[in-house]
Amino acid sequence: MYVAVKGGEAAIANAHQLLADRRRGARSIPALTVAQIGEQLGLAVDRVMAEASLYDRALAALSIKQARGDMIEAIFLLRAYRTTLPRFGYSDPVDTGAMEIERRISATYKDLPGGQLLGPTFDYTHRLLDPSLLEDAAVAAPVRRECGGEAVGRVSDILGDEGLIEPDSREPLDKVPGDITREPMDFPLSRDERLQALARGDEGFLLALAYSTQRGYARTHPFAGEIRIGLVEVEIELPELGFSVSLGEIRVTECQSVNQFKGSATEPPQFTRGYGLVFGQSERKAMAMALVDRALRAEEFGEDIVAPAQDEEFVIAHSDNVQATGFVEHLKLPHYVDFQAELDLVRRMRAEQQDPSTASREAAE
Amino acid sequence: MQTDAQIFSGAFTSPVLSSQSVFRALMDGMARPGRVFSLVHDASAPAPACPSHAALALTLADADTSVWLSPALAGSAFARWLSFQTGASIVSDRMVAMFAFVSRKDALSDWNGFSLGSDTYPDRSATLVVEVEALSGGIPLIAEGPGIDGAVSLSPIGLPADFLRERALNRSLYPRGIDLVLVCGSDCLCLPRTTRLMLEEV
Amino acid sequence: MSALATYNFAYLDEQTKRMIRRAILKAIAIPGYQVPFASREMPMPYGWGTGGVQLTAAILGPDDVLKVIDQGADDTTNAVSIRAFFQKVAAVAVTTRTAEATIIQTRHRIPEAELTANQVLVYQVPIPEPLRFLEPRETETRQMHALSEYGLMHVKLYEDIARNGHIATTYAYPVMVEGRYVMDPSPIPKFDNPKMHRSQALQLFGAGREKRIYAIPPHTQVVSLDFEDHPFTIQHFDRPCALCGAEGVYLDEVVLDDRGSRMFVCSDTDHCETRRAEGHVGPEGMPSGYGAKEAAE
Repeated sequence: MYVAVKGGEAAIANAHQLLADRRRGARSIPALTVAQIGEQLGLAVDRVMAEASLYDRALAALSIKQARGDMIEAIFLLRAYRTTLPRFGYSDPVDTGAMEIERRISATYKDLPGGQLLGPTFDYTHRLLDPSLLEDAAVAAPVRRECGGEAVGRVSDILGDEGLIEPDSREPLDKVPGDITREPMDFPLSRDERLQALARGDEGFLLALAYSTQRGYARTHPFAGEIRIGLVEVEIELPELGFSVSLGEIRVTECQSVNQFKGSATEPPQFTRGYGLVFGQSERKAMAMALVDRALRAEEFGEDIVAPAQDEEFVIAHSDNVQATGFVEHLKLPHYVDFQAELDLVRRMRAEQQDPSTASREAAE
Repeated sequence: MQTDAQIFSGAFTSPVLSSQSVFRALMDGMARPGRVFSLVHDASAPAPACPSHAALALTLADADTSVWLSPALAGSAFARWLSFQTGASIVSDRMVAMFAFVSRKDALSDWNGFSLGSDTYPDRSATLVVEVEALSGGIPLIAEGPGIDGAVSLSPIGLPADFLRERALNRSLYPRGIDLVLVCGSDCLCLPRTTRLMLEEV
Repeated sequence: MSALATYNFAYLDEQTKRMIRRAILKAIAIPGYQVPFASREMPMPYGWGTGGVQLTAAILGPDDVLKVIDQGADDTTNAVSIRAFFQKVAAVAVTTRTAEATIIQTRHRIPEAELTANQVLVYQVPIPEPLRFLEPRETETRQMHALSEYGLMHVKLYEDIARNGHIATTYAYPVMVEGRYVMDPSPIPKFDNPKMHRSQALQLFGAGREKRIYAIPPHTQVVSLDFEDHPFTIQHFDRPCALCGAEGVYLDEVVLDDRGSRMFVCSDTDHCETRRAEGHVGPEGMPSGYGAKEAAE
């Protein structure tokens, strides 16, 4: 006697309980606190905030804990929360030129006003496992250069003053930027919409695309004009008051790439740019974003579109890891109705091949 | 101050549930063109807006929505009520309006100039909410098309003189076109662009 | 943090609902046309029915009775999960009985029982664009719809016939709506396609990840694409449901052991249970009280 499988509800509840158990791990080990994640896995928190498009360290840390360290799951958790938040208004554009800088490097000038500032970078560490981290060894307080706190000008502005690089944007100052979270995307996108999509795009996907441009798939001759990491103030204009008030500071990473030139009959040759800006500290993501941004501007500069990184629909439609993971993983949901339809057709076609005279007919509608 | 009180009051007492029930009635009406249905709600807007104007505005309009008002509505406290209650931007350019609210005090001589959408985006077209004198009792018309089982008869009073010609023209542009909601009091009747209208033969 | 736990009725905020509702109205006014909408992240993954869930959340009211099916069954894990979601966020009444439901959210099936004018069928759609597998670019397919340029689709179907002797599309079989838009019916088996034609119920389709909503109003012409020499046909099972004896319904193949024993049972679990409760018995079913016993579980 056949009895259909039942008890979905109980199975789901039990699966959730087991998941919670595995998340906690051995009870003899102290539970990880959200504060520990925020303080000691800060770059993981940064990535989750960036790709979730929500700047909230505590909630990002909570997401990482809840997701057992699965970054895309954590990003998804925070995104799903973000989408329920009411929109109070739009901030003024942040001024990265006024950034309180913690790291700032340029690959295009040996020295420049404001100097090169290494900051907290892995760049020159030797990748040797550090046994002292097995214990909670004391860590010395950092040594930091005193600086006057004045703004450090952007490298692109140095080039811009000479007219050697294209302007920051060709858009009129009063252009209202699109909002990819409020309006459905409509290809081709404007650059502001494209940058929004890249800013929340998957770090690994953008990294691979950026890499491909360096290997000949849409070569753009990039220089790391400047990378800067630090705190910027977020301000919002209150129409009732008639001036802007500060909402607080956020840490961002900005990368401006300087790329090979373009000119025309009316415009003398100039360097072009790619732009990357992400929440938190993530040079890899900001640099990859700048390279991909530049590659995606191919049409604007009349370049041949020959490589995946230049193809806006291809890049943007597949850069969101929450969407991508959902659709790839949904294949594990039941598909047996459709599979039955395929089974039926394969069996019929095999039967017909073996004995054409007994071809079973589908019922005509 | 009298007008301000008017502007700050008249929204749904229960916004979440009322907008759901009003929308559901409208969705059903749009899916079944030509049929008269009632909106159940407690909204009221300053005159000359009718209760359906109020309920549909509260249900459909918000800061992402641009609304065109016919002269009698545009010149009334309803305009301020609408922007206060919904945050919608009131526009004078028909072409950018997603919704248009028309009072029966304004016998609109033409519906030209509202967005018809494009062949690639026919959804980017206007929806007109037009008040009429009555939704029945007028010259009998026959409607056919998606949402209608065979044919349905309707007889609104107070339609513009060349209404049938306008709708036929609109139909000929399909999939572009404007969609209509005729209203009277708290009653409505939908005529989406797919509906074919003709005089009932006696 | 406690603020995290407060969500609006039916989860979505009112502004999101209005945006979806406006899209639904345009979808109904242009049957078969895919209306872009600003789909939101939902608390379940893309691919799990976020489009359908957003539609249901935007139309659902306290008086509704909700049924959720996946593969025709109310007890598949994801159907259970979505049903539980709406019980939690909207305190809505739920049912497994097709006849009692006012909103039916479905993945991959249309119920066997004929739907009525009081019902809305909400489909979960993975890839709303019927032309997507012929042309991956949205900019191109949008033009093809604008110009009613559907020759490519016919060529594809005809190539199948040339190669296999059959149209190899067995599910998500494209339809023409009111003679204007070619539409993807979601991955229902083509067996279900004829049920869409002039249905009394409003049919809404939601694709969350792809950010599209489309609709078929009641009494609307929905024709499966075909050729004069190869008319559209549906699957036919040469045996009845093993449990309830139903014929002319879609069956699931159940593998009973590793020696090749199979049985075929209704994919629509409510249809099967209703029939068994009425006393219908299939070749391998148990005479009476079976449905009652199961319903009590």
